Amino acid sequence: MAKIEEITRGVLAGDRRSIARAITIIENNTAEAKKLIASIYPRTGKAHIIGLTGPSGSGKSTLIEKIVREYRRRGKTVGVIAVDPTSPFTGGAFLGDRIRMQELSTDQGVFIRSMATRNYSGGLAKVTKDAVKVLDAAGKDIILVETVGAGQSEVEIIKVAQTTVVVHAPGLGDEIQAIKAGLMEIADIFVVNKADRENADKAVTDIQSILQLNNKETAWKPPILKTTALTGEGVPQLIEKLEEHRRFLEKETERKRTLGKAEAELIEAIEEKVVGSIIEDLKKQGKFEELLQKIIERKIDPASAAEKLLRGKFKKAE
Amino acid sequence: MWRHNTVMFGKEEIEKIKQKREHWEKTTLPNWVKQCPERRKEFRNHSGMLIKGIYTPEDVKALDYLRDLGFPGEYPFTRGLHATMYRGRLWTMRMFSGFGTAEQTNQRFKYLLKEGETGLSIAFDYPTIMGYDSDHPVARGEVGICGVAVSSLKDMEILLDGVPLDKVTTSMTINGPAAMLLAMYVAVGDKQGVSREKIGGTTQNDMLKEYYAQKLSIFPPKPSVKLVTDIIEYCARHLPRWNPISISGYHIREAGSTALQELAFTLYGGIAYVESTVERGLKVDDFAHRLSFFFASHNDFFEEIAKFRAARRLWAKIMKERFHAKNPRSMWMRMHVQTSGCTLTAQQPQNNIVRTTIQALAAVLGGTQSLHTNSFDEALCLPTEESVRVALRTQQIIAHESGVANTVDPLAGSYYVEALTNEMEQKAMEYIQKIDDMGGAIVAIEKGFFQKEIADSAYKYQREVDEKKRIVVGLNEYAIEEEKCPIELLRVDPKVEKEQVTKLQKLKGERDNRKVKEALEKLHYAAEKDENLMPMIIEAVKAYATLGEITDVLRKVYGEYKELIII
Amino acid sequence: MQSKRKIRVLIAKPGLDSHDRGAKVVARALRDAGMEVIYTGLRQTPEQIVQTALQEDVDVIGLSILSGAHKALFPRIMELLRQEGLMDIMVFAGGIIPEEDIKEMKKLGVKEIFGPGTPTEKIIQFVFENMPKRT
Repeated sequence: MAKIEEITRGVLAGDRRSIARAITIIENNTAEAKKLIASIYPRTGKAHIIGLTGPSGSGKSTLIEKIVREYRRRGKTVGVIAVDPTSPFTGGAFLGDRIRMQELSTDQGVFIRSMATRNYSGGLAKVTKDAVKVLDAAGKDIILVETVGAGQSEVEIIKVAQTTVVVHAPGLGDEIQAIKAGLMEIADIFVVNKADRENADKAVTDIQSILQLNNKETAWKPPILKTTALTGEGVPQLIEKLEEHRRFLEKETERKRTLGKAEAELIEAIEEKVVGSIIEDLKKQGKFEELLQKIIERKIDPASAAEKLLRGKFKKAE
Repeated sequence: MWRHNTVMFGKEEIEKIKQKREHWEKTTLPNWVKQCPERRKEFRNHSGMLIKGIYTPEDVKALDYLRDLGFPGEYPFTRGLHATMYRGRLWTMRMFSGFGTAEQTNQRFKYLLKEGETGLSIAFDYPTIMGYDSDHPVARGEVGICGVAVSSLKDMEILLDGVPLDKVTTSMTINGPAAMLLAMYVAVGDKQGVSREKIGGTTQNDMLKEYYAQKLSIFPPKPSVKLVTDIIEYCARHLPRWNPISISGYHIREAGSTALQELAFTLYGGIAYVESTVERGLKVDDFAHRLSFFFASHNDFFEEIAKFRAARRLWAKIMKERFHAKNPRSMWMRMHVQTSGCTLTAQQPQNNIVRTTIQALAAVLGGTQSLHTNSFDEALCLPTEESVRVALRTQQIIAHESGVANTVDPLAGSYYVEALTNEMEQKAMEYIQKIDDMGGAIVAIEKGFFQKEIADSAYKYQREVDEKKRIVVGLNEYAIEEEKCPIELLRVDPKVEKEQVTKLQKLKGERDNRKVKEALEKLHYAAEKDENLMPMIIEAVKAYATLGEITDVLRKVYGEYKELIII
Repeated sequence: MQSKRKIRVLIAKPGLDSHDRGAKVVARALRDAGMEVIYTGLRQTPEQIVQTALQEDVDVIGLSILSGAHKALFPRIMELLRQEGLMDIMVFAGGIIPEEDIKEMKKLGVKEIFGPGTPTEKIIQFVFENMPKRT
C-alpha cells in the first residue's frame, strides 16, 4: 500500500507525523503493522531502551522529565512511551503521564507518546516493543518506556527494555511492599526519589537488605541511587549509571541475553501466526460453535473440547 | 468536664415525644403518603446527608445550650462572633471586581463605593495572578480580561487613586505573588502617609488549596507555604490590621466538592498554617486573631447555614483544644462568603438573581462577616455596572428590608438546623482525623487525596444533572427553546494589552535600573538563606521592579510546580 | 488478533485559565464512553497543544477555556494545525465563549462550541458522530 510506504519513509527520515501515524497503525494491529515492522526492522537496534516503573507517588514522571532534559543537554534525541491502564469496564483510558513533560512537547528532539494497555490479545509487551521499534528506526538515541508498577502486565513491559529502572520514594505507605515481586529481580537500577525526605536513607537500606536476601550471583550488581526529581539532583549520576549499563550490555556476556530475547521474540511471532491460523481454520470447520454451546451448557469442559477439535490435526512427534 | 447541663429536653420528655412520633409514623404519616407519595425515595443534601421528613427534639436530645450554642461573642461562638452581630454593624458588602487597566478598575471601585459597598475587593488578571508582567509572551490575549492588570507599583498607585487607605479596607484575591501585591499596597499606604498600623485588608495568600482546587500555584508546596508564613509573620509584627490570609473553601467548592468537603478541607488548611507559623516560632495568640476564612454559599439553604455555624464552632474548638489558644480572639472564625459562581446558569440568566438571593440569605443567617454577591451575568462574562448594582442591592435589601439582621442567629434551636450543624461538625472531624492519619496536608496533596475527593464529587454532580436526579431550573428542566441574549455583555478592549505594554516600557526607561538590580539581588540572596522576604520585596517594589521580575527571582530559587492530575 | 480501533481525544486547556473542573469531567466522561483521553493539564501554549495532538495522533481535540482569551488563542491553534497538516482533526470547544464569538470561532474551523450546562452525553454523542473517518 502506498500509504505504508510513505509512512515508512517518513519514519526512517524521523518525520514526527509519520512516527505518530506508524504507532497508531501498530496499536490497531492491522495487517499494515506487520508490513511496517518488516520494513523498518533493519534500521532498529541502535537505541538504548530504558524501562521505568514504580508505584504512583514515587515522582516517576517528574524524574523522567529531568532525565529527558539531561539527555537532551548531552545532545541525545529521546523517545518516550508512557503506558496507562485501559479500564476493564469501559474500554477507555485516561492518559495523563505526559502532563509532567509538556514543556518538552515542542522540543523537536523529543517524541512523547501515550499508550493505553488495551486488551491486546498478543500481550501488551509486543505492541510496546513494536512502538519502540518505530522510535528506534526513526533515529532516537534513547527510548524511555514508562509504566506504573502494579499488576502483571507492568512486569511484561519491562521485558521490552534493555535497562530497567525501578523508582521508589520514601513514605509511600507500604514501603518496599510497593515494589512487587518480580520487579525486584529484574531491576537493573534502583532509584530512591524524593531523597530530600527524612526516611530516604532508610528506603535505600531496605532495598539493600532485600537484594542481599535474594542473594543472586549476577554480573551486574544493581546500584541504588538517590534523586530529588523536583530539583534535578542526582539525575546526572543516574544518566551515568544508565550509560554504564549500556556499555555493560554491549559486552560479550550480555550478547547471550540479547540472543535469548531475539529467540523469545521469534517464538512469539511464530506462535501468533500458528495459533492464529489454526484457530481460523477450526472456526471455519463448523464444530467450533457447536462445542462453544456445549461448554456453556456444561456438557463438556474447555480442555476436552480443544482436544476434540485438534484430534488428528497433528502427527505426534516420535 | 461539662458541669452545667443545660440539655434542652429531659429524658422523660424525649421518651414521650418518641412514642408520639412512632405513633404518628404508623398512622397519620402513612395515611397521607398513600394519597400523596413523596417526590423521591429519599432526600439527600449535596454532602450526601440523609434529610428526614421531620426533625424533632429527639434529633437534638444531646444538644446542650450553654456548651454547644452559648451566647454570641463567647466560646464556642456558634451563634456569632460578636455580641450583637448585625444589630451593631452589618456585614461588609465587599464586591469582588477588576478588569482592564488600573484606571478602569479604579473607576469601578469608585462607582461601587458610591453605590454603598463598604469595602474593596480586587480581582487581578491571569498574568498578574501567575506572576507575569503584561508584556510577557504567555500573557498574550489575557491582559485585563478577567481582572485588572497590575505589573508594578505604578499600576497599584493608579488602582488606588482617591481611595483613602486609612478609611477603606481592601481584600486582594492573590496567592502566588501575594507578597508582591501586599508590598505594593503597603507602598501606596506609605505614599499616602497612612501609618502601617492603620492599613487594613486581606490577602488571600492560601497556597495549599491552589494545589488541588484553584490551581494557580507558581512554586512547589514547601516554598509556597514558607512564603505564606512569611506574610503571616510579617503582618503579626508590622501590619496589625491586615489579615495575612483568607483560608479558602470557595474554590474547593467551585471545583466540585460537597459542602462537607469544603468545610473539612478548609479547616485542615487552617490547621496546617497554624502549625507552620507556630513552627516558625510565633505563639498562637500572636497571630491567630488575624487568620480569616472564605467560603462559598450554594443553593441548599439549610445545608449552607449549618456549614457556617459548624465551621465557627469547630474552629473555636480546634484553636482551643488542639492549639491551646488563650485569647478568645484567636478562636474567632472570621469569614467572608461569596455566593456560588458555578451554580449560576447561562440559560435564562435573570434566574441567577434569585439564586444569588437565596445564597446571600444563607450566608447572612450563617453569620458571615463579609459578603460578595455574584452578578446575574456571571456565566457569560464579567459584570456590567447594571448587573453588579443589582447584586449589591440584593445585599442591601436583605440588610434593610427583610428583618433577618435584627436579631442574632435567628435559626438557633431549630431541630433541623441544629441537627444538621452537629452532623456537619462530626463528619468534618472524621475527615480531619483521616488527613492527620495520612500525615498532613502536603502528604495528602502528593497522594492526590483532595484531588480525588473533589473529582469524584464533581463527576457525581454532573451525572446527577445529566440524569435529571438533580434539577437545575432553566437547564435540564424548565428550559426554553429560544435563548435570547438581551443583556449587554462586558467586553474588555484588546487595546488594554497594548496600553499595558507601552506603560511597562516607559516604566523601565524612567526608573533607576541600578536600584532595581540591587534590590532583586538582595531578594535572591535572602531567598537562598530562607529569610522572611517581605522587607526585601517591599524594597524591590518601591524601586519599581516589576511583578514579573520579582517573581522570576523566586522562580529561580524555588522552581515551578507541575500539578498532579486526578480526574 | 485485532484490537478495536479506539477514538483518541486530546483535552486541552490553552492559556492561563485555571478552571479545570469541566475539562476533567468531560475527560472522565469520554473515558467512560470507551475513548482514550489525553489530558494536557493547565496552561498550555498553542504550540504545545498542536505538538501534542501531532505526537499522539489524536482524532479529536477538545479545547476548554473560561477566561475570555479564546479570541487570541483559538486562531493561533487553528493556524498551527494547518501548518502541521493536521486539519483532519475534529476540533470542538467548551467553556465561556459568548454567543457573539461562536460564529467567528466556527469560521476558524472549530466544529462546535459547548456552553456551560451542556450535558456530557451530548458531547459524547457529538464526538462519536463527528470524529474524522480514518482509513
